[in-house]
Amino acid sequence: MAYNEKVLEHYEKPRNVGSMDKNDVHVGTGMVGAPACGDVMKLQIRVNDAGVIDDAKFKTFGCGSAIASSSLVTEWIKGKTIDQALSIKNKDIAEELALPPVKIHCSVLAEDAIRSAVEDYRKKQKGGADANGN
Amino acid sequence: MKLPIYMDYQATTPVDPRVLEVMIPWFTEKFGNPASRSHPFGWEAENAVEHARVQVATMIGADPREIVFTSGATESNNIAILGIARFHKARGNHIITTVIEHKAVLDACRHLESEGFEVTYLPVGQNGRLDLQLLADTINDRTILVSVMAANNEIGVIQPLEGIGAICRKRGVHFHCDAAQGAGKLAMDVNALNVDLVSISGHKIYGPKGIGALYVRRRPRVRLQAVMFGGGHERGMRSGTLPTPLIVGLGEASALCTREMVAENARILALRQRMEQGIMQQLTHVSINGDTLHRLAGNLNISFAYVEGESMMMAIKDIAVSSGSACTSASLEPSYVLRALGVNEELAHTSIRFGLGRFTTEAEVDYAVRIVVDAVNRLREMSPLWEMVQEGVDLNAVRWAEH
Repeated sequence: MAYNEKVLEHYEKPRNVGSMDKNDVHVGTGMVGAPACGDVMKLQIRVNDAGVIDDAKFKTFGCGSAIASSSLVTEWIKGKTIDQALSIKNKDIAEELALPPVKIHCSVLAEDAIRSAVEDYRKKQKGGADANGN
Repeated sequence: MKLPIYMDYQATTPVDPRVLEVMIPWFTEKFGNPASRSHPFGWEAENAVEHARVQVATMIGADPREIVFTSGATESNNIAILGIARFHKARGNHIITTVIEHKAVLDACRHLESEGFEVTYLPVGQNGRLDLQLLADTINDRTILVSVMAANNEIGVIQPLEGIGAICRKRGVHFHCDAAQGAGKLAMDVNALNVDLVSISGHKIYGPKGIGALYVRRRPRVRLQAVMFGGGHERGMRSGTLPTPLIVGLGEASALCTREMVAENARILALRQRMEQGIMQQLTHVSINGDTLHRLAGNLNISFAYVEGESMMMAIKDIAVSSGSACTSASLEPSYVLRALGVNEELAHTSIRFGLGRFTTEAEVDYAVRIVVDAVNRLREMSPLWEMVQEGVDLNAVRWAEH
């Protein structure tokens, strides 16, 4: 299919591809999707003491829209607080990239990836506080 | 080198310039209707059609009177399957085909199920080939038709046609072969193969689109019910004015295949092997889908593990190929052909079909190999699955959130 220019742009020059140390307590890792479905997204966020996401990285196995959606999300969440990041909806992603109906699931996956990364971060913070408490 | 490079010869082929040249006069100055018996315009068109009929027949070792012109292999498949089933339904209602047939065969069979026919869709082995014993065991007293393709469009795997033909002949069952991908590329002789009906496509053999043929055996005579009704053209099996320029094109394309097949196959096979080796030597976790021996010279279907097919096609956009990935279809299901081979869904999503043909050059193959290797390396760097595999994670042991 012929892709929208924004998708192509992100696909050709993906932002923030890479990985961060998943054992770092400041890093939250989200992994969503399944290889059998043809889409797997890994999104990592690093949150500073002020509760702001100061870095984000992704790796994605999937079609051009899936790669573009994850690239876009890393760009959007950097510099945002966790709550601001969580307010990003799949609709926003789909609109920005002008995704056709068959590709909407890519934007849903990207939204899920944010939630999953935040969840992992929060779990670690809780675990970390407990450890400190002991 | 001209970009993009066409490597999708199983989808369609360009019209050979030599074919086009002989077609042109039949559009303009020689425009007569081959069915017009009353003037020279009709006579010359009829002669041209009959000449083309000989050319097509020769390609498959048939008699010209056994060739029916159609609009393409889809129509040929429909006439053969619906036509045989409906004509012989008093004798039996059972049809056998395989799960990897083209949709034109599968959908025609599905339709017959709604008319009360029973269809058995046989599985194929991991190499994509039909097991002859399984076929023999599946035929019963009510079986009237076996329909098996010559070569598969996605994986290029060639079926054991001679064995299938022998079984069908012995059991008195009609054998139809969808040879859209095989005719003109494989040495096919309808008598050696004991095949009763053969579907042929023009645009897969460097002829024009919109023309095809159906071989219908005369001895022993194969009878079928027409699907298209009208002026009784083509011995009543396919009514409709004959498109002379297209038929002339199909004839010339067939003649070129007959003449050049051996040399062409050798050349294309060498190119495919060059491509295969170039890729295999530079990349790991790469697998070829389908039998590598019983295979069309020009088909290379490869799964590049951990790299999704559609993003791969975007990365190699200077090479026109197709993919078994779901993302290329509206269905969101990966290739049913690859799934039938037991290729898991994950690998089916990573498959790319490279189709080489008459006009593919060595320089194009070398360029394609370079682009493919670069793209796979780049996309694997971006793939979380590749990263996990490098870390020693067993992907099958991971609990994925299916969506």
